[in-house]
Amino acid sequence: MSTRKKVLWWVGGAIIVVYALFPIAWIISISLKAPSDIANGQFTPTNVSWDNYETILTGSASDLFLPALRNSFGICLIATAISCLLAMFAAYAIARLDFPGKRLILSTALAVAIFPVISIVTPLFNVWRQIGLYDTWPGLILPYLSLTLPISIWTMSAFFREIPWEMEQAAQVDGATTWQAFRKVIVPLAAPGVFTTAIIAFFIAWNDFVYGIVLTSTEAARPVPAALGLFSGASQFEDPTGAIAAAAVLVTIPVVVLVLLFQRRIVAGLTNGAVKG
Amino acid sequence: MASIEMQHIVKQYGDGFPAVNDVSLDIADGEFMILVGPSGCGKSTLLRMIVGLEDITSGDMVIGGKRVNDLAPRDRNLSMVFQNYALYPHMTVFENIAFPLRLSKTPDDEVRRRVNDAADVLELKEHLERKPANLSGGQRQRVAMGRAIVRQAEAFLFDEPLSNLDAKLRGQMRTEISRLQRRLGITTVYVTHDQTEAMTLGDRVCVLRKGKIQQVASPRELYEQPVNLFVAGFIGSPPMNFLPASLEGTALQTPFGAIELDEARAEKVRGRDLLLVGIRPEYFEDASLVDEAKRPVGSTFTARVDVTEWLGDSQYAYIPYDAPQAVTDQLRELSRELDSEELRTQAIVSIDATSRIREGRDAEFWLDARKIHVFDPQTGENLTRDAEAGAELTRMAAQDRVDQVDEARGGATPVGAG
Ligand SMILES: Nc1ncnc2c1ncn2[C@@H]1O[C@H](COP(=O)(O)OP(=O)(O)OP(=O)(O)O)[C@@H](O)[C@H]1O
Ligand SMILES: [Mg+2]
Repeated sequence: MSTRKKVLWWVGGAIIVVYALFPIAWIISISLKAPSDIANGQFTPTNVSWDNYETILTGSASDLFLPALRNSFGICLIATAISCLLAMFAAYAIARLDFPGKRLILSTALAVAIFPVISIVTPLFNVWRQIGLYDTWPGLILPYLSLTLPISIWTMSAFFREIPWEMEQAAQVDGATTWQAFRKVIVPLAAPGVFTTAIIAFFIAWNDFVYGIVLTSTEAARPVPAALGLFSGASQFEDPTGAIAAAAVLVTIPVVVLVLLFQRRIVAGLTNGAVKG
Repeated sequence: MASIEMQHIVKQYGDGFPAVNDVSLDIADGEFMILVGPSGCGKSTLLRMIVGLEDITSGDMVIGGKRVNDLAPRDRNLSMVFQNYALYPHMTVFENIAFPLRLSKTPDDEVRRRVNDAADVLELKEHLERKPANLSGGQRQRVAMGRAIVRQAEAFLFDEPLSNLDAKLRGQMRTEISRLQRRLGITTVYVTHDQTEAMTLGDRVCVLRKGKIQQVASPRELYEQPVNLFVAGFIGSPPMNFLPASLEGTALQTPFGAIELDEARAEKVRGRDLLLVGIRPEYFEDASLVDEAKRPVGSTFTARVDVTEWLGDSQYAYIPYDAPQAVTDQLRELSRELDSEELRTQAIVSIDATSRIREGRDAEFWLDARKIHVFDPQTGENLTRDAEAGAELTRMAAQDRVDQVDEARGGATPVGAG
């Protein structure tokens, strides 16, 4: 690359990074402003204050925020785990076996994925009330599966398809049962795919707002995005902007940690060296 | 170690296409059998049926005296080297080789000993802790072999194991495989479409065409006594020349003059209007370089040389000839089926490297009439095949092999000590 090209790449990259990170920087800055300081008309807080964090962690909003955090974590992790497990088997079958209705499964999954959430949430509300799932963890895990499962199946079957068939046949000739071949050869090779899928699924569940606000009513199951909408200011004349910003920053942290943690596992090209070269 | 017997094996894929069609083949214990044929003739399918990765539509597969049609691959105890090696990229070389042993719950120190032994044989010692991704093509190939030899399998199956290597490495690995097989004495089935591999490695070679066996014989027999046009055209490089001919008296009239046949052979080919004479390139010679004593066993003719190729140790000349339409069509069909380059109606003849024959000039050639074959253009059948002589060649090859195996196994005993 010529120097000129390099410079252009750097400038381009910098613009994109600034564009993407600006809202985050902004929300961090707001979360550090005292309530009276929010409308100060400048980007940085006049005085860095931790009041907002205190409010949501120990103060008046903590009753709302902390249970919601617990709910969000629990519900999203369970939904992710279930959806990854199911998707793993489904994707394996789709990538490996020839059975009637294979295309139907894939297109149904796609149809479910593009179905607008808002149009099913009201009937779901009624059904959940009837059968006692309203305001419970399973009551959210189930709809979250409908969000995460289709995309999980799609991404994972793409990953499984990349793994050479012969890998598994070789294992069988070497003396493995179908299950051993799957567990000892296919799963390790598919691990990056599984992690990527898990992260995507987790984000989808973590970011959901509509189901969260409609299908819950108390801190028994209310997730963070819904709880944020219910924050109120210290008095009714005050906006809860600062507290919301602080909560938003806090819920972003697990997402960032997750990505950093698994980034190295998501390296593509693990299958390099399996075949000729 | 075990013999492999196939009886009337048929394989039809889902679309009803018979990829393997009524194949019966007996592979003796310890034998090195080559499956060879043009692309798509069913070699891999047959191999995969032996190992159990493909269901058998009908027929019996008997390994070591036991019918294995319904056994899963892992219950057949065969080891296979795949064309693309199929190494496990997440495991080290050591674990790759040890994988079959781990699956059979072999104790750790036993695993270590056997893997180290295999690594010694294959010169993989210093690579045991590396991952396959970091190895060269030849090293990967050796790891795949290591995985195959590390356990006591009934037989080795190879599916074009060398086709991904460059020419030099291929030659090297070829001798290695041969040496290994002789030493271990394990029944081996080896799929290839490489002539050289087929001729040099195999005790016997099975030539397949469209899912059917054409001929099973030692390489020499295939070369000298092919059963039909297909085998004759497939084995040998450069390929056999096919000239149109008709019989007059006991002489074949060809574009290159008359070729005298002995009475017995003339009798066999009589009664057909059109014949194809098969002459290998090396049966020709520059007439001026032929011994006086040899001349009478062949015939001489004069022809214009189109192109010559001088390769240092040998020299080829291309001689165009005219052929009737029927023959041209037949030859085109054959060369298409053999996936060889378009066989033009020209003969490739091998002449001495010192010959002064030059392109574009008329030159006098001599051809050895003793070893030519005459084919029926309709059926492709070899009319002059001497089955007895062919069988003798295969018997000799079998004897050679016994000697080689003895030598390979008893290599440590000094000469004369027994
Ligand atoms: N899964 C399949 N379904 C249908 N037909 C198949 C399938 N696999 C192979 N065939 C057909 O069976 C025939 C034999 O295939 P096979 O792979 O055994 O050929 P091959 O001799 O190994 O050729 P190559 O030298 O190219 O590897 C081919 O004509 C192919 O089209
Ligand atoms: Mg093949």
